[in-house]
Amino acid sequence: MDKNMDKAFRNDAWAKVTGTAKYTDDYTLPGMLHAAPVYPNCASARILKIDPSDALKAEGVVAVFTAKDIPGSVKFGQIIKDYPTLAEEFVRTTGDVLALVVARSRAQAIAGSREVRVELEMRRALLDPEEALLPDAPLINPEHGSNICNLHHVRTGDIAEGEKHSDLILEQTFTTSRIEHAYLEPESALCHLRPDGVMEVLGSMQHPFSTRRFVASTLGLKLSEVEVKTVPMGGGFGGKDDTAALVCARAALCAWLLKKPVKLTYTREWSMRESYKRHPYKLQYRAGFKKDGKIQFVKVRMLADGGAYCSVSPWVTWRSTVQCCGAYEVPNVHADVYAVYTNNPFSGAMRGFGSPQVNFAIEQLIEMAGEKLGLDELQIRRVNMVKQGSTTITGQVLDTHVVSLSQAMDTVLKEIDYEKKRKNCSFGNPMHEQWYGIGFAISYRGMSLGAEGVDFNSAIINVQPDGSVLIETGVHENGQGSESAMILIASEELGIPKELIRYRMPSTSNIPDGGTTVASRGTLLGGGAVVKAAEILKSILASALDLPEISLKAGNVCTKEGKKLLTWNEAIRLCYSKQIYPYAFGTFQAPKVSWDEATGQGNAYFTWVYACQAVELSVDPKTKKVTLINMVAAHDVGKAINPALAKGQFYGGMAMGAGYALWEDLPVEKGLVKPTNLHTYRIARAKDLPEMKAILIEHPDPNSPSGAKGIGEPTNELMAPAIANAIYRATGVRYPNQPLRIK
Amino acid sequence: MMQTTINNKLYIIDETLLEQSLVYYLREELGLTGTKIGCDIGVCGSCTVLVDMQALRSCKLKLKDIIDKSVITIEGVAAEDGSLHPLQQAFIDCGAIQCGFCTPGMVLFALALLHKNPAPSRAEIRAAINANLCRCTGYQQIIDAVQQAAKAMTR
Ligand code: FES
Ligand code: FES
Repeated sequence: MDKNMDKAFRNDAWAKVTGTAKYTDDYTLPGMLHAAPVYPNCASARILKIDPSDALKAEGVVAVFTAKDIPGSVKFGQIIKDYPTLAEEFVRTTGDVLALVVARSRAQAIAGSREVRVELEMRRALLDPEEALLPDAPLINPEHGSNICNLHHVRTGDIAEGEKHSDLILEQTFTTSRIEHAYLEPESALCHLRPDGVMEVLGSMQHPFSTRRFVASTLGLKLSEVEVKTVPMGGGFGGKDDTAALVCARAALCAWLLKKPVKLTYTREWSMRESYKRHPYKLQYRAGFKKDGKIQFVKVRMLADGGAYCSVSPWVTWRSTVQCCGAYEVPNVHADVYAVYTNNPFSGAMRGFGSPQVNFAIEQLIEMAGEKLGLDELQIRRVNMVKQGSTTITGQVLDTHVVSLSQAMDTVLKEIDYEKKRKNCSFGNPMHEQWYGIGFAISYRGMSLGAEGVDFNSAIINVQPDGSVLIETGVHENGQGSESAMILIASEELGIPKELIRYRMPSTSNIPDGGTTVASRGTLLGGGAVVKAAEILKSILASALDLPEISLKAGNVCTKEGKKLLTWNEAIRLCYSKQIYPYAFGTFQAPKVSWDEATGQGNAYFTWVYACQAVELSVDPKTKKVTLINMVAAHDVGKAINPALAKGQFYGGMAMGAGYALWEDLPVEKGLVKPTNLHTYRIARAKDLPEMKAILIEHPDPNSPSGAKGIGEPTNELMAPAIANAIYRATGVRYPNQPLRIK
Repeated sequence: MMQTTINNKLYIIDETLLEQSLVYYLREELGLTGTKIGCDIGVCGSCTVLVDMQALRSCKLKLKDIIDKSVITIEGVAAEDGSLHPLQQAFIDCGAIQCGFCTPGMVLFALALLHKNPAPSRAEIRAAINANLCRCTGYQQIIDAVQQAAKAMTR
């Protein structure tokens, strides 16, 4: 580590580095039983019979449960309630669970699950989204009335007008891969019915409140009768929402029916079979350009394979819709973005959330157009990219924050020495022993949920009589260090050392629902709430001192002007002696956004972030092996709360983005995911990756109380197109389809 | 009588247990849950332990493989008084920990490397930890940490 680099701060680092951190599967309870799922062997069928009698005779098996045993609702979902806890009448995908076998040990439960006899009547499976759209296609979820899960539009200007003014019209189709989150910890849940009648859930899931809804709905309980507690989680990347919540609901079901603690820990095989994926997309672009490079129009049709259930497809595809033209100004846009039901494994949230697909396409398309017009990849971007005061394709004016896109691009290109190195590109030159290529991509990204969902959060600051502080927020720690960021924000706002602040183990019974920790909204929303709570705490301290206002600095309570009045501890003691609780509950609501579904117009997000990533690589002309040589990223993070951890997000995001381009793919055969474990699903290993450079650009955002905007997702939306562009300059061939397999 | 040493403690192993998987023995019988299971087929390295200072995957080992050997798990890395090994401190300081699921395996793997090669280059570190998967960090800060620890330990 370089000397002047900030040391990383993590409140959970000590526990994690000593092996004492307890993840869900690390807990045991006395009398605990284990559950295992039973899967169908096909993607579409009517369930005729599930016979548990042999399984019940197996050693150690205690019970076998099917949908009939569910006391509450069989189906649940965050947007459309189409996702069955246990399949009832039909099999819609190979990840459906038909029954749960509960036994005294996990091995016995697994052995027992093989003894459950299932009779199925096969039905036609729809595995291609285009086929699912045909008029004669059977309906996968008949109660939805269509195989179109959702359809979003953008209608800006007039496409015909744009065509008229175009000197070049380009048509290109791109496809992207189905991607596994591949969090290193498979799903796990441990549930037990407490003596006070509350179903307590420990689980590896990223959205405790959504999990609580799933569990309560399955058991037919009130929300107050379910308590979901947060324990360390081994990675999420957007992937531990629906499926993980359902794993909790299944364990809770068994625990409820048997009145015993039940653990359900997934094997990697079950996890890969059942968990939702990043949507594979087909993107069909038609775009027009003027001679000077100016984009005249974009017409695009996108088809996202949503798989058998809705999950958050409408939200994921909504982001693709809003960002369908990339970080460029386009006067005339006609976009139709579909999520389609198929019998494939279902698709849902994954880091990037609908932008990696779009960026993969648009960041290649822009260069293809530039080349045809005789403009290089820098010029064509500069002509079209959004700037301060630009209007987005949905009619939003970018003037509430610093639009730092060109700064991000210039920073990265300078760091990697782009203009000089691009002259060395091989373009498939047969005289070169190794083909060299360099490439980059840029993006803008709407922050937080935008018009996708309700965006508010809360924080509690609870100062103890000895001056130590307990904080908590409605944000969930996914491994990205959000608790640490909250502690740092509180420490700065309260002017006390971070060692005095402890993040309280969160539970759904302590604090109001803060929504999901997706869309990189943790620091922005949670941090915003901490700042608000700190403001309230200051006014409480001021009233204890009979002053209109105070400030907090270096462990002291000061006048507004900064003159020391008394120490933090003295002030807290004073509060308690006057019977005033130094306890503050703060809320932060994201500024209003707007959206018109019919026209796709509105202020889609309350703020935006900007970024650029670049890569150097070589391709071996004989073996076609791609070797990554160097990767650089610059992202506007608003304000870096914890720089070393923010950089960690950059590196992880770039690595995952490289996998998206080069190695990762989940081909599906007859509805069954072919890779079954990490030997057949290849994520980046250390030697696949080069040294990386992360550059933080800071323009504190006026819409964010802490100034921070968030960084988790933007880092994962650019490396794939950057690599595709570099491969083009190495080989002279464009690869519009993922994964990029060099011919 | 069969015996093995785990984190400097002697254990007598019953003959009937020789075929039992090491990782489940560690986690379920001994409560040493710092050893993680990411794949259970020997691919990810989350379950790495040191056997006579060699980094091995405990999901591929049986108890018979550790008879008369010395096993160190992540719980055995810090000193008895709880003070951290320089490698652990470096993992914390360099931001090498995110979700932490790969961390025990990575720390043990790096420990085995530094045992053989006290001053590895970045490329050597990269090549060594290639065996273990991490989905969060892109490995960059893990390599930083091993390098920093190597410096601290040879100082
Ligand atoms: S769990 Fe042993 S290598 Fe993955
Ligand atoms: S820190 Fe999460 S897998 Fe390595």
